Amino acid sequence: MSKKDVDQHSGTETTGHEWDGIRELNTPLPRWWLGIFYATIVWAVGYWVVMPAWPLVNGYTHGVLNHSQRADVAKAVEMLKASRRASEARLSKAGLTTIQNDPDLLQFAMAEGKAAFGDNCAPCHGSGGQGHKGYPNLNDDVWLWGGTLGDIQHTITVGVRSVSPDTRQSQMPAFGRDGILKDAQIGDVTEFVLSLSGRSADAKAIARGKKVFADNCVACHGERGLGNRAFGAPNLADRDWLYGGTREDIRSQIELGRGGVMPTWGGRLSPETIKALAVYVHSLGGGE
Amino acid sequence: MQAAVSPGPGIRLDLVLVPTLLALAAVIGVVEAARSPDPLMVIQAWTFLACLLGAGVWFMKRYGGGIPADEAGAYQNDVVKAGVIAAMFWGIAGMLVGVVIALQLAFPATFSFPDLPYFNFGRLRPLHTSAVIFAFGGNVLIATSFYVVQRTCKARLAGGAWPWFVFCGYQTFIVLAGTGYLLGITEGREYAEPEWYLDIWLTIVWVAYLLVFLGTIWKRKEPHIYVANWFYLAFIVTIALLHVVNNLSMPVSLLETKSFSAFSGVQDALTQWWYGHNAVGFFLTAGFLAIMYYFIPKRAERPVYSYRLSIVHFWTLIFIYIWAGPHHLHYTALPEWAQTLGMTFSVMLWMPSWGGMINGLMTLSGAWDKLRTDPVLRMLVVSVAFYGMATFEGPVMSVKAVNALSHYTDWTIGHVHSGALGWVGFVSFGALYCLVPWLWKRERLYSNTLVEWHFWVATIGIVFYITAMWVSGIMQGLMWRAYNDYGFLEYSFVETVQAMHPYYIIRAMGGFLYLSGALIMAYNLWRTIRGDVREAGAQQIATAPALAVQGAVS
Repeated sequence: MSKKDVDQHSGTETTGHEWDGIRELNTPLPRWWLGIFYATIVWAVGYWVVMPAWPLVNGYTHGVLNHSQRADVAKAVEMLKASRRASEARLSKAGLTTIQNDPDLLQFAMAEGKAAFGDNCAPCHGSGGQGHKGYPNLNDDVWLWGGTLGDIQHTITVGVRSVSPDTRQSQMPAFGRDGILKDAQIGDVTEFVLSLSGRSADAKAIARGKKVFADNCVACHGERGLGNRAFGAPNLADRDWLYGGTREDIRSQIELGRGGVMPTWGGRLSPETIKALAVYVHSLGGGE
Repeated sequence: MQAAVSPGPGIRLDLVLVPTLLALAAVIGVVEAARSPDPLMVIQAWTFLACLLGAGVWFMKRYGGGIPADEAGAYQNDVVKAGVIAAMFWGIAGMLVGVVIALQLAFPATFSFPDLPYFNFGRLRPLHTSAVIFAFGGNVLIATSFYVVQRTCKARLAGGAWPWFVFCGYQTFIVLAGTGYLLGITEGREYAEPEWYLDIWLTIVWVAYLLVFLGTIWKRKEPHIYVANWFYLAFIVTIALLHVVNNLSMPVSLLETKSFSAFSGVQDALTQWWYGHNAVGFFLTAGFLAIMYYFIPKRAERPVYSYRLSIVHFWTLIFIYIWAGPHHLHYTALPEWAQTLGMTFSVMLWMPSWGGMINGLMTLSGAWDKLRTDPVLRMLVVSVAFYGMATFEGPVMSVKAVNALSHYTDWTIGHVHSGALGWVGFVSFGALYCLVPWLWKRERLYSNTLVEWHFWVATIGIVFYITAMWVSGIMQGLMWRAYNDYGFLEYSFVETVQAMHPYYIIRAMGGFLYLSGALIMAYNLWRTIRGDVREAGAQQIATAPALAVQGAVS
């Protein structure tokens, strides 16, 4: 069966076998290949000697260095905390306006606020705080619950319609779904609300809607629909609409009375981080 | 030939057992369809019955009128032909889904379908991975292994009708797994998503595959077993072991789809990645190295570079690969010692992997000039180059310090695709380009120019894909770990996503080019099968002699 041919091109002997026309040369292992292979084995054994490597019955070989990944992480976290500690302590004591007037502290607070905002607030409010339908824009001058540093800090701490006992709370009734108003009345009051922001609408309907508004909406939104921050009631006379400002949007909001939930961050973020967030959000453009 | 597969005159055991097995499976399918309270199981059962009906009709057509004449032939070619066509079909389907999910990542607002849950990313992603790995890759492996084992053993495929059962059973598995993903059925284990009942079915099919393969080797007329067959055998045996252990689970009920893993916590994670990494090692590496070991020397008409290297790198690869899984779990709850072992064995794996590359590339020595004229050989050789690149990158990424940056980023996706598109894809394409003229007895491919087009379009696609993922992955990793001077994270998560957008577009383009290449190939192969020839001239290098060898035995 086997005759050990010599391959003409390479001058190497074959193994003498042939499968479907394929032969194999008896070339020795490439020296560099073998060298690197042995080197990786030596390196691996060396690594096992110094680092945790092999399981034992009760435990494992700890290695000469007795290295611990968990200790590394704890140390790194501790170092990070230490690097922030001095500024964090100042942040903790400083009042909100003091922070704004201290350039160093302000920069620190802004850095912390931006990081915390990206991780916690951006999913709803957008990465630049630009908001979305149903999620307030934090860059403009419109604030449902107030736009001073203190207002913002409080809103972040307690949330809106959240599980916190101190939550900011308001609930617009679902006038349509719960049958408080009839369909025609909702149509009329929609026309009236449109007229508040100076948009042309059916004069007769406005007149009828004005009465519906007076009976049902004035308590929170005020006689001229300017809103009331005590109840988180939005101004209906401006161009800013949380759930959209078209005729259909407004009608739908009167029917359903939607109100979003903002979580309470009081228990989840430290008071310092909330301060930093308040300063950061205040700086986005609309702070009062 | 008949005597080898039949226990006595007149009765062929395979022609009793295969229909019995199909009938038993059908009974179980009917019970599930009739009794299951789980609507998804009912759909799966009906799909299963439809597949079995197709297989049954086919068997009746083939064996209803007595033993078909081709069973007396030296080689079983038809089942290989079926595998080639199935591989092409599933390959295009899987790559198409890949392009769709790449677009979903690049343009999430445009390519999301909120009203059609079947097509959300979470369901399409396993559809893509399973279709390209198991449906495309699996069919390429089964078809080429059936082809190669016969030629290198000089023996007809063992088992009579059993190879057909393997083929039909495997396609049934693919159809049920794929439709199941779209319906939302999943074990949630990466690359092992099919639920318990499909795992059992695949085990049956796989054992049949192993026995057919072993049976053929058993009755070989060559004194020695060719290296490609060692690799095929290692792939088949190890995949069986990995599949069974990783899928150990308890069904909620025998009439429902859902099951729960036998493992929990970090043991579960480690079992999953022992499976996951060795699916790469034994399915996508060992199996495709077997293809390389047959098709490159065959196409180049040169002897394999080093028999000794093939032995040493085979055993070192087999021994070391099985340890490397923990490198998928660096810096997790996995104990540090296990991470160490995962990393060090991955680094030691570098040279055993490269042994295959050296043997593949150096076999060309004396035939390098053929790369200029034979685009099929060029495709095979470039696949080996990508193999070498990916098996160097892998050990590098398994080093903890590197992994700290690369883990969970797009770098991993880029790494996987340099292996998948460059190595697995190209070596498969090369093998299919060889096989179609050989199997259908055509003198040559329909068009070598179209192979050139396929080669360049796909290569540019790969380059787009992996460079985009390298840049985006490393950028993503650096952005995640960036701290500002005050000790706070520089970037929020969404900012890293925004930064990756342009690279996601480039990646989708790369994937589209790669898919286009596969479509060119499908057209070329289809015309070849029809017997058309586009170009006159004698450029075809390796096909004609190969055909002569083929003609001599079949």
